[in-house]
Amino acid sequence: MSTAATTRDSNYLNVTKGALSWLLTLDHKRIGILYLVSILSSFFLGGMMAMLIRTELLTPGDTIMTADQYNQVFTLHGAIMIFLFIIPGIPAALGNFVLPLMLGAKDVAFPRLNLLSWWLWITGAFIAVASILINAVDTGWTFYTPYSTTTGTSVTLIVTGVFILGFSSILTGLNFIVTIHKLRPKGMTWFKMPLLLWGLYSTAIIQVLATPVLGITLLLLAMERIMGIGIFDAALGGDPVLFQHFFWFYSHPAVYIMILPAMGVISELISVFSRKHIFGYKFIAFSSIAIAVFSFLVWGHHMFTSGQSELVNMIFSALTFSVSIPSAIKVFNWLATMYKGRIQLDTPMLYALSFLFLFTIGGLTGLFLATLATDIHLHDTYFIVAHFHYVMFGGTVIAFLGGLHYWWPKMTGKMYNEKLGRIACLILFVGFNVTFFTQFVMGSRGMPRRYFHYQEEFTSLNQLSSLGSYIMAVAFFMIAGYLLHSLAKGRKAPANPWGANSLEWHTTSPPPFDNFDGREMQGVDPYDYTGWKYDESIEGYVPVGGGDGSRDSR
Amino acid sequence: MIGFLSTAGAGEPSFWLPSQSSTIAQRVDSIWEFILWLSVFFFALVVVLGARFALKYRAARGQGTQATTDHNTILEVVWTVIPTILVVILFWVGFRTYIDMSTPPENAYEIQVTGQKWQWLFTYPNGYVDENLHAPVDTDVVLVMTSEDVIHSMFIPAFRTKQDVVPGRYSKLWFNATETGEFDIYCAEYCGTSHSDMLAKAVIHPQDEFEPWLAEASNLHGRFPPVEIGEMYYKRFGCKQCHSLDSAPGIGPTFQGLFGTMERLTDGSSVLVDENYIRESILNPQAKVTEGYAPVMPTFQGRFNDQDITAIIEFIKSVE
Amino acid sequence: MTDSHGSEGHPAHLQHHFDNDRQQFSASKLGMWLFLATEILLFAGLFVAYAVYRSNHPEIFIYASQFLDTTLGGINTMVLLLSSFTMAWGVRAAQLGQKKLLVSLLAITLLGGFGFLGIKYVEYEAKWKHGLLWGVNFNPASHDDHGEDAGHAAVEAEEVAPAPVVTEAVTPEGLKFEPTVVPPSATGPAGTVEPDDGVDHDTGVQPENVQIFFGIYFLMTGLHGIHVLVGMSLIFWILLKSMGGAYGPKYFTPVDLVGLYWHLVDLIWIFLFPLLYLIH
Repeated sequence: MSTAATTRDSNYLNVTKGALSWLLTLDHKRIGILYLVSILSSFFLGGMMAMLIRTELLTPGDTIMTADQYNQVFTLHGAIMIFLFIIPGIPAALGNFVLPLMLGAKDVAFPRLNLLSWWLWITGAFIAVASILINAVDTGWTFYTPYSTTTGTSVTLIVTGVFILGFSSILTGLNFIVTIHKLRPKGMTWFKMPLLLWGLYSTAIIQVLATPVLGITLLLLAMERIMGIGIFDAALGGDPVLFQHFFWFYSHPAVYIMILPAMGVISELISVFSRKHIFGYKFIAFSSIAIAVFSFLVWGHHMFTSGQSELVNMIFSALTFSVSIPSAIKVFNWLATMYKGRIQLDTPMLYALSFLFLFTIGGLTGLFLATLATDIHLHDTYFIVAHFHYVMFGGTVIAFLGGLHYWWPKMTGKMYNEKLGRIACLILFVGFNVTFFTQFVMGSRGMPRRYFHYQEEFTSLNQLSSLGSYIMAVAFFMIAGYLLHSLAKGRKAPANPWGANSLEWHTTSPPPFDNFDGREMQGVDPYDYTGWKYDESIEGYVPVGGGDGSRDSR
Repeated sequence: MIGFLSTAGAGEPSFWLPSQSSTIAQRVDSIWEFILWLSVFFFALVVVLGARFALKYRAARGQGTQATTDHNTILEVVWTVIPTILVVILFWVGFRTYIDMSTPPENAYEIQVTGQKWQWLFTYPNGYVDENLHAPVDTDVVLVMTSEDVIHSMFIPAFRTKQDVVPGRYSKLWFNATETGEFDIYCAEYCGTSHSDMLAKAVIHPQDEFEPWLAEASNLHGRFPPVEIGEMYYKRFGCKQCHSLDSAPGIGPTFQGLFGTMERLTDGSSVLVDENYIRESILNPQAKVTEGYAPVMPTFQGRFNDQDITAIIEFIKSVE
Repeated sequence: MTDSHGSEGHPAHLQHHFDNDRQQFSASKLGMWLFLATEILLFAGLFVAYAVYRSNHPEIFIYASQFLDTTLGGINTMVLLLSSFTMAWGVRAAQLGQKKLLVSLLAITLLGGFGFLGIKYVEYEAKWKHGLLWGVNFNPASHDDHGEDAGHAAVEAEEVAPAPVVTEAVTPEGLKFEPTVVPPSATGPAGTVEPDDGVDHDTGVQPENVQIFFGIYFLMTGLHGIHVLVGMSLIFWILLKSMGGAYGPKYFTPVDLVGLYWHLVDLIWIFLFPLLYLIH
């Protein structure tokens, strides 16, 4: 392990070769890459579905498909994007790669579980996608009963797939919690952890505590279909609305599984690219935990019109507002971090700024929905669709892209074309707003979601929205193009291109197999950049006093 | 041109909202505007500060660190407390109005609503069933709703109201329309193939014209030939859930070519399908059950009068 | 392969990314506790469903629970408690390096598992024969074929006694079966309707939707049964390993963790038993 001299050219990418050395790897970095490839493939598939949806909605009547096909397409768009892409997105792909590195550790606590988690993902994804080919699914990703128990499509199959995906998610979360508890290096107290780790930690808690409830919910749904158990069947004395409670008890916290790590990524990006210590570290850290706790108490706000009692609605409305406060705290802290910084508008920072803009809209429109009187009108309209795309896409996906660009040099050892990166980010930003802002207007004017046909009066808004989605598609193809190009032709990445100080930047790009060449890492203040100076010749940062940059270990 | 922040009013939609046509709509809209202004303010705050910082403090690549303070407790407390106060206010106003929205006034005019794949049926106090919602203006109207199959949701944008319609239970929705005219009704809860075609109209009549309309509409036999009335009943009273018109197998025998044939019964005997047999089957369905079918049909005794039954018989005759 | 176990000072069971035994053990233990938390939450969903339906329809639960056999349930509770005890003792034996004791304790624990599932099978079969099932399959009339199968006479004696009540009670208003199907002899004399736990139940009229109780009963005990099976496989696995002398004072993590799992399975049953069987 301590043969540092010979490992200079050997890194985790080339230490062993062959497909099996990847498919059976226990190295968290390789598993992270496996996840990255897998979830990006899912994203492509889900994105294609989105394109089909937007194309169909170019006209109020039938455009390119039948009503049943449309119902299947939007179901798969939702199911793929949520269960296959966005839930594992930042934690399992970026998190797997970065988390042990940030801790100065050699790996996660349970490497075998980590690999199992990926294989479970593959199995679940395979089953879920197979359900498309076998008999499709037309329930919407929410699987509401009694529709889901009576429709003739392969609901049972996709539910089985999602059940397995849930296990994958639980194992990742469990692994991360134990790793953060047990593998922190000397000197890294809880409050010296990079904020991404706080984000991943709170995410992992939700994954471990909420996902089992999804498991039992889907199990009940499957039993309902296979055996006619009757729990959700009004004709047999069951209660179809109970399913919604069960489902949202998981699926609302799941929204925070998606957004919390994104907020962690943004905290890293804003501080590094403002060249300034993060502002209000403890408030940001505790707000992540607060969001995780509140996330379990607000599921009922998906059901304000379901007929639950006024008292229940009142409680859920009040609790829902409470989530907005920690979110607001984060936004103000990020702004304060930028204040009087030395801001570098590199691609990751452009994504961080986009996040700030889009997430603010997503959060503020949440106020309309938490308020009972206005939610009644907006529930199940395109306003909801726009709101959660602003939070999930404008928030999580944008942060994911920011993180991907930020850690790309570390993962691949290559730099991408910075200019194209900035242009693609701007195109994406414009396309996104054109696509989804129009949907706020459609929704508040009364267009319900999941509509195959719509009223003539919504035609121009829908066409504008579709146009926006094509603009986004262009941006995504650009991003894919220059990232792939960088793998072959990219400039070699320096160890620390951005001048960040969390531990992953204290090793080579890409890192060696055991991360730090056997060096014993010590906790540092991740937001103290004084130990690094810019070196023109390598277009990256080097430690002020030479060495490997880990000397500032206070 | 409709302004971005303009207000909706009776009969005129705003940039954001459809026309404001119920008593509740006015109250919901005032809350909507309050939140909108609040959002615009905070959005502007974040964007202006973010953009200003990004431009003002923008620096060339390769900067060292910038040392300034990294926390300020007073500031943190301020931007925690202000949003907290604001959301408490929001919660309260939203809740107050919601309570009024969800509590039907006493003595409201009651209309029964059934949601089924994929149509709404509105049953008026006199038993008349219509596919659209008709109601008088400036009157409290309560809809008592249930579903025949999956969950639907009654959504009337112009009245700013919505309520899920669940099988096996009744839910209520009320409104008081402030203007006459026709307003869209949608199904807002996804319910399958024709979810987006599960539409209806809320037709609001002047107060003195509603009862005459209902009397006129209820008098089907004066307005339509029997075959058409029979077809209407076939669709509205659930006959079509079990009896097909095209020989497709169902819970009950198909109506296609049924009239005039001999049917074998469960007790082994046979019967000619004529006027009397159909009449008996509607009023006392279990008396003679066709072989191969379960005795599950409900009786329609008391729901159809002789004229209605004649119309249904004429309709069955017409299905060849 | 890539998980290269180190050279000097790194024993075979210590993975390369851990510094020492203590760190590895405490990590494994924390991981196991988290896993147990997920298991509890999995069951929590069912407990919530139970709570919702019981609070909405207490009469169904009071009526239907009398068809569960308290004696068999009680025996099963004892069996599981005993096996939990031998399991805990086994962990102690592993820590002290008493190999023979460990092997025999694990074997007893495994036997306990088999005993539990055996008794559970007897209970399930009786329910099946009497049509005391979930949802659309709930059809208490189907018990009228009892007695034809002499091989199950013992089962009948335990289980059949309350069954005639169902028929009697259902007949006036039962929706799920036709009264004519039940021959009069099947309803049995009134004297036999006393449930065998000796408690005086109000067996009067069958409430609506009794099938909900049996749906929940089979879901809860079925899912628990699957967990018993998993626990038994794990015990079997460490039994094999311990025969090879894999565990001792230095390394007993798997025994400890499987022990925790087995206690959880036991604990869940401790909740299921009173909630399902002992309702008055």
